[in-house]
Amino acid sequence: MQQKDVLPMKSEDSDKRTAAAPEIITGAEAVIRSLIAEDVDTIFGYPGGAIMPIYDALYDFQDKVHHILVRHEQGATHAAQGYTRAGGKTGVVFATSGPGATNLVTGLADAYMDSTPMVCITGQVAAVLLGTDAFQETDVIGITTPITKWNIQVTRPEDIPGAIAKAFYVAKSGRPGPVLVDITKNAQVGKLDFQYKACDYIRSYKPVPVLDIEQVKKAAEVINSAKKPYILAGHGILISGAEKELVALSEKAQIPVASTLLGLSAMSTSHANYVGMLGMHGNYGPNINTLEADVIIAIGMRFDDRVTGEVASYARQAKIIHFEIDKAEINKIINADVAVHADAKEALTALLPLINKADHAEWLETFRAADRKEEEMVTKKELYPTEGQLKMAEVVRLISEQTDGRAILVTDVGQHQMIASRYYRFKDPNTNITSGGMGTMGFSLPAAMGAKVGAPDKTVVAVIGDGCFQMTLQELGTIYQTQIGVKIVILNNNFLGMVRQWQQLFFDKRYSSTEMINPDFVQIAKGFYVPGRKVTERSEIAAAVKEMLDTPGAYLLEVVVEQEDNVFPMVPAGAPLSAIRLA
Amino acid sequence: MQKEYTVTVYTEDRIGITNRITVIFTRRGINITSLTTAETEVPGVYKFVITVLSTRDLLEKVVGQIERLIEIHRAFVHEEDEVVYQELALYKISTKALHQGDIEKIIRDNNARILTITPDYFVLEKTGHQQELIGMLQKLEPYGLIEYTKSGRVAIVKWSRRFHEHLKDLSLQEADNLKD
Repeated sequence: MQQKDVLPMKSEDSDKRTAAAPEIITGAEAVIRSLIAEDVDTIFGYPGGAIMPIYDALYDFQDKVHHILVRHEQGATHAAQGYTRAGGKTGVVFATSGPGATNLVTGLADAYMDSTPMVCITGQVAAVLLGTDAFQETDVIGITTPITKWNIQVTRPEDIPGAIAKAFYVAKSGRPGPVLVDITKNAQVGKLDFQYKACDYIRSYKPVPVLDIEQVKKAAEVINSAKKPYILAGHGILISGAEKELVALSEKAQIPVASTLLGLSAMSTSHANYVGMLGMHGNYGPNINTLEADVIIAIGMRFDDRVTGEVASYARQAKIIHFEIDKAEINKIINADVAVHADAKEALTALLPLINKADHAEWLETFRAADRKEEEMVTKKELYPTEGQLKMAEVVRLISEQTDGRAILVTDVGQHQMIASRYYRFKDPNTNITSGGMGTMGFSLPAAMGAKVGAPDKTVVAVIGDGCFQMTLQELGTIYQTQIGVKIVILNNNFLGMVRQWQQLFFDKRYSSTEMINPDFVQIAKGFYVPGRKVTERSEIAAAVKEMLDTPGAYLLEVVVEQEDNVFPMVPAGAPLSAIRLA
Repeated sequence: MQKEYTVTVYTEDRIGITNRITVIFTRRGINITSLTTAETEVPGVYKFVITVLSTRDLLEKVVGQIERLIEIHRAFVHEEDEVVYQELALYKISTKALHQGDIEKIIRDNNARILTITPDYFVLEKTGHQQELIGMLQKLEPYGLIEYTKSGRVAIVKWSRRFHEHLKDLSLQEADNLKD
């Protein structure tokens, strides 16, 4: 709607993102106007020499575009990821050339692995200096080619609107992903006849495959004849917005649903047919029953090695039905007996009427039996310990209870991530934000910041390990400057816990470089004017979580937890799922 | 089992497209043994012909990942009997050799042709499969071979009619776009 003020439109029926009357403006202004035309109102970024003309143009549009000044470009990328995954709008990042651009690399790789749309715009040295090792020149296109869905270098002002239009289309469509537009300084200061036309077609790119109804019929046939059908729900459910269809499918034929790490929150944790999380530290039932199911219905997931364990022994007894929008994922790891190359929502909508009502009570009961075993051997003492130091799981339980599972949970990487993913009880879709495929330590503080900006009405809780926090803690500066009300929970075991766990179990307790001698986190927060509290006692923790949630604005809660706790169940890396350990 | 495969890729005409394709082979640790690219009959659409030593299973995955790139139309993997292909070699030989032995027989037997003759050297051209080109190379070695160079592969796929229909559609579509 905003661009109406900026870009007059000729006819009533023209696309809202399409303007008609050309104007002569600079490339830098064209960048901002193009973003506004794409309905962008928030940018995470950091200025520098080669992007200064764009920042100068931004100065005139502060009423339309809110620029959030981060403290490191990596923080901008993770913030954009959190913003997108919480709020649904494509995150936008600005960075300068050279080191500004190279600092985007981790976030781009993370977003690429986890199918997160993001548009990064980098400044670049003037076109005449390209390839000459000019000051702050780096081949950002070369560097980011394997970790972006698409990238482009723009060296002429007149190419800017088209490149940005294409960038948004590519980022959002099909299997989403990050894109990077590198704009040379001469293109920013040069003039063009500005006219914005949104992109909805690239002749070599078919983002949404045509649904093959025959494959859907085949899938339905296999599901209808299954005795032990089993749904593996992935991130694709959330991306395509197929949460209702997933629940409908599960309820109609009484099919148990397990979730991948990134699929969490697609189905409410408390749904009767929801059986838990897959993967190395997933739940017991979902893992062992992968080896019992006769039909596996994998939806929008990619059989990551953390999910499959040893591929050769993975679900050999089962027929595999794979619903997947990215053709390259079909038969990449696990061969599908029936592959449905399609958008999850479209495919499930077509599938539902073909599915017969069924009852698989006995099969579902096997998950519950496995649950009882896990509860007895793991969960009970994790969630409700009565002695010893505080446990990560009980802290997560309290956050889950006190937010009613309605907060957006943003986790970092390691033990606390697995614990939080296991024990938080998700109610609403898109309330789980974590670095899945890449496992990027330092992800959650900036991602939580972005999530809160993207979904300001939600409570956003970042659960972070002491190691992860120290990778991106400078973003407390952004949180203070921009007044972003994120709740930060540091689960501090003074160890790089997951690495230490592996050292204990697989490296003969040789704790090589995993002990952390930590600073005073509450003092650090105080330095950034973020209030906080440190808790070491079980008797204080419930009140401390409440205080955190009740305090307006940002808050940092440091919880000192058991030092040498391990996350179980565990499927050792590369082992068959049957090797899952409960202790 | 590793053997030689021909991978064909149809792309848009974009700076850096070669890098985008080759980096996918690199990730999988596959060495490219030859690569040829040129514009097709459809303006702006390029065809890459890439030869590699690998397995069908792995290459199917590689081709899938290549096709995922935004500026790629299609990519295919072919076994040797699915393509008709040719390679071209040039041989630079000292002119003195013309007076020794039976150069004429080598030229005749190989259907080679002389591209140029100077007082110092002459250049022969031969097209064929790699083994044939190397066969002639070995025959020429005793005659004072100065330089040898060989192209990558050009290939036509025996069953490619359907994709070429698609290419034609593209050019029609482009023509339509130009009309707008």
